[in-house]
Amino acid sequence: MAEEKKLFKVKIDNISVEVEPGTTILNAARGIGGDVVPPAMCYYSKLQGSGGKCRTCLVKVTKGSEADPRPMPKLVASCRTTVMDGMEVANITSPEVLEARKGIVEFLLINHPLDCPVCDQAGECDLQDLSYEHGAEGTRYEFKRRTFDKIDLGEHIQLHMTRCILCYRCVFTADQLTEAREHGILDRGDHSQISTYIQNNLDNDFIGNVIDVCPVGALTDKTARFKNRVWFLKPVDAHRNCDNPKCCGKVALWMRGDEVFRVTARKDQYGEVENWICDTCRFEKKDAKDWTIEGPRKIDRHSVISQGHYVNTVKPKDPLVDVLDGRQPKLLFDIHTQSEVNRPTIDLSKIDGPAHSDDFNKSQS
Amino acid sequence: MGRKLLLENAHIEGIRYYDTYRKNGGYAAAEKALKSMGPEAVLEEVKKSGLRGRGGAGFPTGMKWSFIAKPEGVPRYLVCNADESEPGTFKDRYLMEFLPHLLIEGLLISSFTLGANACYIYIRGEYAWIPDILEQAIAEAKNNGWLGKNIQGTGFDLEIYVQRGAGAYICGEETALIESLEGKRGNPRIKPPFPAVKGLWQCPTVVNNVETLAAVVPIVKYGGDEYIKLGTGKSTGTKLISACGNINKPGVYEIEMNISVEEFIFSDEYCGGIRNGKRLKACIPGGSSVPVLPANLLLKTAKGDTRMMTYESLADGGFATGSMLGSGGFIVMDEDQCIVKNTLTFARFYHHESCGQCSPCREGTGWMEKVLKNIDTGKGKMSDIDLLWDIQRKIEGNTICPLGDAAAWPVAAAIRHFRDEFEWHVKNPEEAQRRNFGLAHYADPLPVAATV
Repeated sequence: MAEEKKLFKVKIDNISVEVEPGTTILNAARGIGGDVVPPAMCYYSKLQGSGGKCRTCLVKVTKGSEADPRPMPKLVASCRTTVMDGMEVANITSPEVLEARKGIVEFLLINHPLDCPVCDQAGECDLQDLSYEHGAEGTRYEFKRRTFDKIDLGEHIQLHMTRCILCYRCVFTADQLTEAREHGILDRGDHSQISTYIQNNLDNDFIGNVIDVCPVGALTDKTARFKNRVWFLKPVDAHRNCDNPKCCGKVALWMRGDEVFRVTARKDQYGEVENWICDTCRFEKKDAKDWTIEGPRKIDRHSVISQGHYVNTVKPKDPLVDVLDGRQPKLLFDIHTQSEVNRPTIDLSKIDGPAHSDDFNKSQS
Repeated sequence: MGRKLLLENAHIEGIRYYDTYRKNGGYAAAEKALKSMGPEAVLEEVKKSGLRGRGGAGFPTGMKWSFIAKPEGVPRYLVCNADESEPGTFKDRYLMEFLPHLLIEGLLISSFTLGANACYIYIRGEYAWIPDILEQAIAEAKNNGWLGKNIQGTGFDLEIYVQRGAGAYICGEETALIESLEGKRGNPRIKPPFPAVKGLWQCPTVVNNVETLAAVVPIVKYGGDEYIKLGTGKSTGTKLISACGNINKPGVYEIEMNISVEEFIFSDEYCGGIRNGKRLKACIPGGSSVPVLPANLLLKTAKGDTRMMTYESLADGGFATGSMLGSGGFIVMDEDQCIVKNTLTFARFYHHESCGQCSPCREGTGWMEKVLKNIDTGKGKMSDIDLLWDIQRKIEGNTICPLGDAAAWPVAAAIRHFRDEFEWHVKNPEEAQRRNFGLAHYADPLPVAATV
């Protein structure tokens, strides 16, 4: 019989949990779940070596271990600090941690363009959630924000360096999933940037995953840009038999009606993908016929995406029939016969770029 | 006059070359260590000497060496940190330029103690001419059997490589240095694991400052007991101080750590007083990243004792009323210097040198620079001073490496001790463009706490 592994007892915000040696504080907290889980902007459990950079997951270790009960002198990054037996950690119970985290959020936002209204990531952005939950109402920064020139990364991926928080996730993704990494960090300090140095296409079987790991809108899908807001789309679990052996073929389709606007990997409650998908699945299979649809995807009810109310909803009764004593309303005329705009025959997902009135112009088509 | 250990022979002409160095007692310590002492005995001497790291943090070297992991079949490395980029510090440059063989001898003894067969000198990119000096000295040492295979017939092999950095302050941080040495981007690693366990190429590594490694030579030569007789308390031996600023005689001085700060600044043997008969306003005793002290707190501690040039005395009172010996970059400022401008200069430096890996330092250093620039150019507001205080507080301690702390401390100390100068800048924006705040009350005797 295999010897039973010794488990470490850890207390996070006074909640006890037993975890295997070598677990990080963050993962121990995820084992508990709920509010005690520190936010993580750069740590990604599926990427080796990630974490420690954004400092949003700082926690206070009030007791080092059973053997050495001294508290740690500084706040530690919970994603990279492994637990010790008898360790006691304060996350939301420590005002110091909350204060420091608020500071970090402010730092992350001072050079962020705050262009959420035109950003494709809005609604599923980790930075939005973070600043909503942990940030201050306003900023004290009153200087010009740093900006970057646009860099062309090829036909599938759009880079908005101005929005980047330098989490390094995309660098690790390219290192660990693709055959060759073509992008990296250039320069240092607040002008360091994700770049390919000499303009280069990011074109590799699994490079599309950088879009999924990006916590902000710095890397977005060019095939879905400006097509629709995520909260108008309905995420649907689907799969297909992908030829690529490394690709699982299990994806989330972001649909509106029968149109597939976007294909992403399935993300868990911490915004991390469950399985990586290949670029063919992501960029080229934009037809519902390509996929076997499994059913609607569960979305956290706090997310704006769930505002579409598409799971377990009862279709509201049309009150008009009651008002009209059982008579059906009479259609006076179909607006589409009169109007140039809103032609239902046009597939929004097939239009390149943002929809324009020209796209609906009859004389054009 | 204090005793000199490192710069004992620095005045001899041609000491840079092997023959002169050897004639003047060079490599005697290495011979002693390799032939008659053995690694354990050397480590014991270094521990006994109480030698503390000269790079800034002052961590006991003997303890650091004893932490190194010794797994079977894994090579160990010694890395010499010659990436001396701290504004105000230039002591290592002097050592490497004039006494390269002293460093090589120190490297040889240290590598022998640690069991390292390869040793790297990571030298700052701006010191463009020093690698040539070092490489020439290494070649000379090799020709005379002090490097290479089977050194002096003892069976110990050692190769020393000189690696030039590309001019980044952050690469003076030991893990960033290791990354850079491996050919990667010089980002500090997240600790643990510490370099003593997983350093260069994931092998146990010790990273030491040039001066620390050079100081091993006199320790072996004279013995740890002799070394500990110099200095005071836990600050044993001698320390190189690179003095600069408004003093009559700037330069590198080797001091025995038993003199007072006042003596160091004003005696003719050392700095020779303030230039042009001006008065002392403030001083940064250990390189740009340590807190600045006003004249009254510099010469006397808050308790009223004389402040000495030692690790403990300079740190007396914590950051509230003390500072640090740091790397020994002694910057003296006279009454004509503007603390706001000086703080801005440092903030700009740290903004420029932040690696950009972790958010507080990446964003906070730039923010501090911009706010300070506003105050300096007369566009500041009263609330900016509190804002600066808040920014530095949120950077300090929340970053991966000590660069964040180093960026926060000068700003914190400047506001702590010179707040009225900042306020004067805000209140008199036009006057502040024309003249300096002057000495004000910064040299006045400290108020003595009433005793009952």
